[in-house]
Parts: sequence; C-alpha cells; structure tokens
Amino acid sequence: MTGETGTGNGKSNAGGNGKAARLFSRSNMYVVDMDEMVRRAKGILAKGPIPAMVDWANAFSLWPVHLMTSCCGCEIGAAWGPRFDNERYGSLPWISPRQTNLIIIEGTVTRKMACSLRIAWEQMPYPKFAIAMGVCALDGGLFYNSYNIVRPWQVIPVDVFIPGCPPRPEAVARSIVELQRKIREEGVASRWLVEGEREDLRNIIPKEDLCGWRGEEIDLSSKFG
Amino acid sequence: MAEASGTVALPGMDVRRLERNLYEVYIGPAHPGSGHMRIVVRVEGDVMVEVDPDIGFVHRTMEKLSEGRDWMKNIPLLERMAILDACNVTLPYVEAVEKLLDVDPPERAKYLRTLLCEINRVASHLYGFGIFGVFLGHSTLYMWAFGDREIFVELADRLTGARLTHSYPMFGGVRRDMPDDFGQNVRRAAAYMRRRLDEYADIFLRNPNIRSRLAGVGVISGARAVEMGLSGPNVRASGVRYDARLAEPYEAYDRVDFEVPVYEEGDSLARAWQRVDEIRQSLSIMEQAVDWLERHPREGFIHEKFWKTAPPIYKQVYAGAVPYAGKYRVKMIPLYASLRVPAGRSFARVESGRGEIIYYVESDGKDTPYRVRVVSGSFRNVIAFKYAMPGHRLADLPAIYGSFDYFPPEWDR
Amino acid sequence: MTSAVSLVDRVKGILGPGEGARVEQQKGYLEVTVDAGSLRDAAARLKAAGFDHVKSVTAVDYPAKNQIKVIYHASSMLDEELSKYVVGLATLVDRDDPVVPSLVGVWLSAEFQEREVYEHFGVRFDGHPDLRPLLLTPGLAAQRPLRKDFKVVEEDDYLKSTFEEYTSTRRWV
Repeated sequence: MTGETGTGNGKSNAGGNGKAARLFSRSNMYVVDMDEMVRRAKGILAKGPIPAMVDWANAFSLWPVHLMTSCCGCEIGAAWGPRFDNERYGSLPWISPRQTNLIIIEGTVTRKMACSLRIAWEQMPYPKFAIAMGVCALDGGLFYNSYNIVRPWQVIPVDVFIPGCPPRPEAVARSIVELQRKIREEGVASRWLVEGEREDLRNIIPKEDLCGWRGEEIDLSSKFG
Repeated sequence: MAEASGTVALPGMDVRRLERNLYEVYIGPAHPGSGHMRIVVRVEGDVMVEVDPDIGFVHRTMEKLSEGRDWMKNIPLLERMAILDACNVTLPYVEAVEKLLDVDPPERAKYLRTLLCEINRVASHLYGFGIFGVFLGHSTLYMWAFGDREIFVELADRLTGARLTHSYPMFGGVRRDMPDDFGQNVRRAAAYMRRRLDEYADIFLRNPNIRSRLAGVGVISGARAVEMGLSGPNVRASGVRYDARLAEPYEAYDRVDFEVPVYEEGDSLARAWQRVDEIRQSLSIMEQAVDWLERHPREGFIHEKFWKTAPPIYKQVYAGAVPYAGKYRVKMIPLYASLRVPAGRSFARVESGRGEIIYYVESDGKDTPYRVRVVSGSFRNVIAFKYAMPGHRLADLPAIYGSFDYFPPEWDR
Repeated sequence: MTSAVSLVDRVKGILGPGEGARVEQQKGYLEVTVDAGSLRDAAARLKAAGFDHVKSVTAVDYPAKNQIKVIYHASSMLDEELSKYVVGLATLVDRDDPVVPSLVGVWLSAEFQEREVYEHFGVRFDGHPDLRPLLLTPGLAAQRPLRKDFKVVEEDDYLKSTFEEYTSTRRWV
C-alpha cells in the first residue's frame, strides 16, 4: 500500500511529483494517489481466482426484488414456493430494491408501472440483472395492441427473456440457471468490478417522462448527463 | 359518507387538519405483498386519517381490446383478469353470450364447469392466504398455502391441460371431458385438504400473534358493507348472507348441497375464517360434482348445435374408438372461429373467489362484441379502503389490506 | 330465473306513474331508461324499494346516434326476493357534452365506478365529490379511450426511448 506522499503539514519541501521523502505525521497518516490505487486494485482483481469467485458469488445470490407487475406473479409465487423451490439456487425474493440485484419483470408493464419499474431499477446497486418473464414482457403478448402498456426492454436493459403465458415455474428456474451461466461464463459481475462498465448491455435511457403523471418534479429522462 | 373536501369522519371521531402533524405516506406499487397498487395515506402521527387508493397499475384495457377481437378470442383475454380463478372469471362472459345465442349447455357440461369453478375457488383462497401471510410476515403460511395450492392447480392441469389459463368454459359447454381417474384424485385431494385446514387454523387463525393483529381491525358492519357495495367473502363476513350462487343459481349450483357460511363480526379475523369455511364447502361441492359425473354416462360435453358441426373424427376420438394421444381430447370446434352472435344485451353474474363478477355484454350482430363491461369483486371492494381504514394505525394497513384479498389485475382489468 | 311479467310491473310500480320511464326486458335483462333530469328521483325510488347497491356503472357509446348511454346496474343484497333481479337504470346523454347527475348521494357504491366512466368516456358527473381519473394517467384520460372514435393502433411502439452507450464516471457503485 505504498504511494506517493504529498504535502502534509507544511513541513515537506517538494510538491508535485513524488520524489519527496515520506512524511510522518503524529498519527502515521499517508496521503496516497487514488488513481494509482485503483489501477493496482484492478490489476489484482483481473487475474487469479478472484474473478471466478466474484462471478460465482453473484450467480448464487441473485435476489429478485418483489415487484409484482401482472399475472405472471402467480407463477413467481409458485416458483419460490415449496414445490418448485427456487431458493436452492441461492435466490431469495426480497422487498427492498436497495439490497437486491435481480429484477424479474413479471408480465405486462403498464404506463403507470413503467415509472415504478424504472425507479426500482435505479435504486438497485450494480452489478444488477433483469429477467423479463412472460410474453407480455417480450413484445406485449396478448395485449400487444393495448395503448396502456409499454415494452419493458425500452425501460430497463434486460438480460434473459422467458416466453410463456404464464411460463411454468420450471421455465423460471431455467431462466435463473441461464442467468447464472451467463454471469459465470462471460464474467459479467467480475468485469463490472474491474472495468466499471458493462459492455455487453447498453443502457436504456427513456426519452419520455415516465413519471410525469404523478405530478411531482421527477423527470427521469433528464437525470443522465 | 364522504364530504365534499374528501375527508372522512367516523362517528365519534374528530378529524382536524393539523398541518404540523399531517404526513402523506405513499405505499407504492412495489411493496411486500402482492403489489401493483398504490395507496396514498395521510397520517396524523400514526393514525390514518385519509386513505386514497391509486389504482391502475395493471390496467391492460381489456374492455377496449375485447371490442376488437372475436367472441371466442375474448375468453383467453378476459381470463387474465384473475388468472388463478380463470374458470370463474370467464364463466359469466360465456353465460351472457349463451343467453344471447339461446343455447343451454348440457347437464354434463354444467357439472364440469361447477367442478372446475370450485377447484379454482379453493386455489384462489389458498393464494389469498399465502399473500396474507406475506403481508403479516408469516412465511410459513405462505409456504404452506402455495404448496397446498399446487395440488389443486395440478387437478386443474389434469382436467383442462393448463395450470392457470384453463379457457375451459366455451359457448355451449366445456372444452373437453374429464379423464377416467379424475374422481379418485379429487377425493384424495379433498380428504388431504380437510386435514390441512385444521392445521391452518392452528398456526394462523388461532395464533395469538395473528389474532391480536386481526381481531377487531377493519370492522365493517353489515349495513355499511351493503351501502359500499362490497362483495364476496368480505360482505359475508359482515353478517350479510348474499352469494350469487344463491341469488341466481347458475350451472349446477341448485342441485348441489352446500352451505354459505356467514360471520357476524366483520373484522379481519372473521374474513379470514370465512375463507377457511368456504374452502371446506368447496371441497364438498367438488366431491358431489365428481360423484354425479362418474355416475352418468359420457353423453356430451358441448351443445348439439356446435357438436354437430365437428368433423366425424372428433366424435370417434371422443367415443374412444380411435387411439389418440389422450382420451376425450378433441380440438376446438371450427364454428367458434366465425361465430356471429345475434344482437341484444345480456347480463350475467358469478361468484368468484374474491367477490361477484358481473358481465354486461352488448352485441350488434357482428363477430366482435360491441361492448363488454366487466366488474369484478375486487373492484367493488376498493371502496372499503377509503372508508374502513381511516381511524386505524398505519401498521394495521397490511392486516386490513390482506384480509380483503385484493387482486389488482382483477380490478384494473 | 325471473318471472318476466311481474318484474316489469313491479319496477313500473316502483318508479311511479308519469315518470317518462321506458321499461323493457329482453332475454332476462331488464333495463329502465329515464332522462337525465329524473335520474336521481328514479334512483331514490329504487333504493327505497330495496335496491341497495350498484353493481356496475357503465357507459356505451353510440356514435351513429350521437349518444352515450350511461347504465347503473342495481340490485339488492339485504332483500332476499329482490336479490334475484338486476335492474339496469339507463339514461341517454348527448355525446358532445355528456353531463349526468351523480348518484353518489343515493348509492355510495357508485363512487369509484363513476370516476372510471368519467375518464374512459368523458362523461361528467354533476355532484360527484372527487371526480378525477382512476385507472389511467391524465394524458390518456384526456383522449377518452373507450369511445368508439379512439382507434387502437396495432403493433405500435408506445414508448420513446433510446439506446445509449453506458459510460459511467462512477466506480464501485
């Protein structure tokens, strides 16, 4: 954890580029260069067993946030119920978006729900994943020509799609396994940690104001610079 | 009664607007229970003063879409209103159109419909219990209810071919007949569920934690329930003996022996007990229906008017004369695809798991409906949020919400 | 099922003579048509006779006749004999400026459903305590979707969004 020291309590002689001697203050405080730190940490993370471990850990703790969108929610309830127990894959439906890393868009997303879907997505910490469940999440499904629904892949970036109306709970389990395979084979989670960017999935930024109907001053399309 | 300003004053309660202490809480569409409904609550301290349900998060515009699709294609569309109660939800639509067509389904079809309706009612009540458990933090009830629900979903799967989206009632009858060993499975399921209901009552309804949360909470008197127009188990738990199966018996309900339990207290605990008793009655109806079906010969599950247009191979498959992948499984009869319903208006109502579903169907003689109006039990129960919740503490909101067994897709359509 | 003659006569008797009401029954469905002015009065009479709740408030759009028909389906829960029947109380209003007196004062159960008819058809209910959209966003409600001149567009993209490269200056988020 070495680094270059900078000027401390005014007792140092050189500013600028790092040939100054180490400067001890009373509390043994080192002032280091953050960019160098990050570069070295990335180097450690990028090789060795750590990427595989990070991917494995993420894959087996995919906690879906419990955002019930539509009638596929019945099969989600059954999929995490006793018969089709999806908890053996490490996933536990959790209430708060801040502590989850998976969102399962179950079924049709209406205009009003698109707002809360986007807000829940933004509240989730990275690395995060999304599964679109049911044909309504693919391209509208049975309600393809309804004026009140939106396509969820235009609101948040989606990783795995499950067809079916509603998909059987076994199909939901398969999608969790697919997502696990995707994370572990392509190293998505570890690459997020290292690069800070997720190249395989371009971000979706809605150009329309999804939450305008609430009458509050939240305009999601202007939140990204 | 609501005053013009929108506040609610219960008798004996003085509601004052204290700007200093009045907060607005948004219980949004992503919340721990079965979500997709937003409730805007104004609390004064901890006591709820005004509750405004903000619904429409699952509004899939079924009424508008149904005007653009054929009569037959509306059945899967309208089924998604309450997908776990699929037979009950599409049955009034089928009955209303049958009234316009002047077609009366055969006896066997009526008993088959009754059987599936009751299987769905049990599954739907168990789903309600599961969600109620999630609301109150009782995960065991969630696991038990969803596990036991799988038995009835499996029964429906064997009868209709699909877990949740049965599309079983059709104009003139049902889609297919029941398999040979179905009666034995139904009896086993009913015997198992009767044993389990006692266990449910022990861990949930007699549990002192749950009892203290539910007893005396959300009390709605009988007169108030009728005035608000509630329906289903909620109004029967308030002392009003109203059930669409008694008021206007449809299908085979006038030939089947069952009781309608009525509780007087009108609080959340009574509504939970009401559902347990209704499950018991549904099991008895299922057994009686399957007894009748086994005793009587398989003479027809769909009305002659439609059956006679079917190709002869269907009749051979139904008689078992031709080996086919499954016995009694015939494909859909082609006449339905080009069905034209004579002009007219009709009305039908059916008691589903959450309340009474009514359909008002208007036809102008074409092959698509002119207007389909559907009001479900959950839609009529929304108003109880506004009038039954104020006066309680904020922590009672999940208890009352769960006890009403709301299902937002049903009321948003 | 209902005995057709007695129900029609009974409803006529409830509504009283000289009301200008038209009672018709076809295929087991009874509908009473009154004009908007005497709607509240007819509703009050029905309520006094025992029809204590409204099952549905709906509207049907007839663009050919330039009319909208608003129907209240009322029935009874407490009265055992009347609970077998459902009576549709209908009124016809002009399509260009539909105003109907609100029946919330008579039947509380009509409150939320009148809001729904308001947002879908644009029918204003005079005297409703809280008339605002219930299910739709205000933008959609302004288009009055359930009217016949609102055409459903097949296979359209209803949301405009853009796919942009994600570039984040934040790490460890």
